[in-house]
Amino acid sequence: MSLDLPLIWAGLIAVAVLLYVLLDGFDLGIGILFPFARSKEDRDVMMNTVAPVWDGNETWLVLGGGGLLAAFPLAYSVLMPALYLPVLLMLAGLILRGVAFEFRFRAVRRGRAFWTQAFAGGSILTAVAQGLILGGFIQGVTVENDRFAGGQFDWATPYALLVAAGLVAGYALLGGAWLMMKTKDDLHGDARVWTAISTVAVTILLAVVSVATLVIHPRVAARWGFDLSQGFSLELSTLLPLLAIPLLGLVGLAMIVVMARRGSHAWPFIGALVVFLSGYLGLAVGFAPYVVPYALDFRQAAAPDNALGLMLVGTVAILPLILGYTGWVYWVFRGKIDTEVGYHH
Amino acid sequence: MTFADFDALLLSRLQFAFTIAFHILFPAFTIGLAAYLAVLEGLWLWTKREAFKTLYLFWVKIFALSFGMGVVSGVVLSYQFGTNWSEFIRLTGGVIGPLLAYEVLTAFFLEASFLGVMLFGWKKVGPRLHFLATCLVAIGTTISAFWILSANSWMQTPQGFQIMADGTFEATDYMAVIFNPSLPTRLAHMLLAAFLTTGLVVGAVSAYRLLKDRAAGTHVEGWSESRISLVMAVGLIAVLAPLQLLVGHASGEVTHKYQPAKTAAIEGYWETRADQPLHLFGIPDREAQKNHFQVSIPGVGNMIQNLPRDEVIKGLDSYAREDQPPPFIPFFGFRIMVGLGLLMIALGAWGAWLIWRRKLFDSPIFLRFAVLMGPSGFLAVLAGWMVTEVGRQPWVVYGVLRTRDAVSPVVTSQVATSLTVYVIVYSIVFTAGALFILRLMAEGPVAALRHPDPRQDRAPGTPLAQAPDDAPGDPS
Repeated sequence: MSLDLPLIWAGLIAVAVLLYVLLDGFDLGIGILFPFARSKEDRDVMMNTVAPVWDGNETWLVLGGGGLLAAFPLAYSVLMPALYLPVLLMLAGLILRGVAFEFRFRAVRRGRAFWTQAFAGGSILTAVAQGLILGGFIQGVTVENDRFAGGQFDWATPYALLVAAGLVAGYALLGGAWLMMKTKDDLHGDARVWTAISTVAVTILLAVVSVATLVIHPRVAARWGFDLSQGFSLELSTLLPLLAIPLLGLVGLAMIVVMARRGSHAWPFIGALVVFLSGYLGLAVGFAPYVVPYALDFRQAAAPDNALGLMLVGTVAILPLILGYTGWVYWVFRGKIDTEVGYHH
Repeated sequence: MTFADFDALLLSRLQFAFTIAFHILFPAFTIGLAAYLAVLEGLWLWTKREAFKTLYLFWVKIFALSFGMGVVSGVVLSYQFGTNWSEFIRLTGGVIGPLLAYEVLTAFFLEASFLGVMLFGWKKVGPRLHFLATCLVAIGTTISAFWILSANSWMQTPQGFQIMADGTFEATDYMAVIFNPSLPTRLAHMLLAAFLTTGLVVGAVSAYRLLKDRAAGTHVEGWSESRISLVMAVGLIAVLAPLQLLVGHASGEVTHKYQPAKTAAIEGYWETRADQPLHLFGIPDREAQKNHFQVSIPGVGNMIQNLPRDEVIKGLDSYAREDQPPPFIPFFGFRIMVGLGLLMIALGAWGAWLIWRRKLFDSPIFLRFAVLMGPSGFLAVLAGWMVTEVGRQPWVVYGVLRTRDAVSPVVTSQVATSLTVYVIVYSIVFTAGALFILRLMAEGPVAALRHPDPRQDRAPGTPLAQAPDDAPGDPS
């Protein structure tokens, strides 16, 4: 039996990136919502809801990035220079917010105020930068002779900014819904409001980004059955099966709204995850099987089979452990958090 | 090659040097500290002496902070391979990609997951399981070092690969790639360096505490925490510092065999000849192709290399100028590293003699020396890495791929921007981190536990949540 190693690795990295977006999404969302919290105590609780899990969440970014480097070195070597400045901003944001988790609880007075702002600012910077990376990715990358051959600001377009706004709103939604699930009393009430506002913003931005993608990027539009080159024509047989994806997004949004009204604490978070899944799949339809849109597909960019095979052995052995451990941590630290009840008291 | 490209290359090298120099400090410290924590917890389980638990709870806080900073600075490095050294990854990714991936997989996850149990799990798991978690974190950091050293050693002594028609590298034999000739000695050298670095820091913090107690007149007899940790540190240094000299020498012999140009740069040899001298000092000048202000001992250079006196040792004149490593940093970096190493041996020997005479805690001069030597491990690690990395130039993969052919297609202004951002962010983050760690160290093990800082809010679940009230119950 011979395995289709490039395909397996494309799937593994796609899953790692999805898990990263879902998991780090809500703890980045906490940072985005930080400026709106009423008090220091509320901010402490907000941070505590993600304290034991955030670094594990971020590990998926390392796995996604490391996996891309190792499994698709050609794609990695084209995308990173193409997205040089957004990647730099993302790393700067991740450093600031990452150490803020630790430093904010050690610092006093002005130091604490500084790390509070560093946590919020770093989270927002990370989210914006990831949105710019995503936008720049969907726009496509100029490649000549297997090297990036575009300009340093190719990614800086209104479209990418729009995607960045959408991602910030999306992370805020995940963060708000997470807080609804994990907090009580006044903070829970605030989280409901944040979730409601984010849901409206996400709905609008998701619609705008979807339309903009179809209008600006004919290649993506063609994947969905639209041909906008001469007037307007539509291939229904292409579009109809794909409609399940936006439908899934609507189901997610409905879950958030309806279940929040019914007083559920957990279902809005599930709904937010479903919305993200729908957005992710919707994007994937646009650019698959490219790993560098629209220049290199995953087979062209793949490392030699012996490299992919060697890595797969270790991955198959260790990935279940990682998933099991992640699940265990979420189980151990389940339940509501407030100022009185920490994890250890 | 245009001038702009050259600047992007130079700035990319500066940026990599800057970010990796910050990063290496943390693994160098945490590899040894993880092992030390495992020893402390093991001793506590075995002897049930409270002092070991107090020491564990003290050092685990410092470990958590250092580990966190090591992780964030490490993420930057893995992305920098793509942003600044994309041609390196495009060409050699098929060979060293799996090594880096295994580092992430086996070590990072082993550390990151069991670190959670180690830091938050006192009450969630029993003492034996907790001890196991500490041991696995220590093993994880060591495996991490193995893969990174394997990848780096392959860049020094590449083998087990072929170059395809399109210029990309493919592995022909991964065992040969992973276990390349310079790995064994370089890994041993680095692990010993990490243990020594930790030992020197632990020794300095313990000595500082004892000096403070003396000054305050609170000097007590018997086995206080700081006395125990000082004896442990001195014992470690007394054994490992001389061993490091031997391992370092063995590593040098491998370098001489596979990277003779690096050896020539380290020794300041411009001339290829038999019966080389030993240059104690000099200012290597690449333009003049000679050393200025040379202070040398004739006739012993070959002996230092373990070679017969009549054997010819290559000088830099054996290489075209474009193939010569820049000698200044390898030459001085090596002398700084060796000088510090000799001081460490002196510290260990003096301390061992004082232990034997039962006067270790009564010698303020020795204690001050131990405090001063606290950062020497970090300095030696930095100097040593500069020797080996600059000595590899002008190659990124020795003899096969030049550094200038490995750089990304980026422009100078981009790299100038990123270098500026990294300098600013690192200045803020690592200054703050260093201050927090130094404050913890100054508080000392007992004070930190008996008088918890009332201003200090603790985040349950963060590494900083480590607190005395989370202490494990009696192990029995």
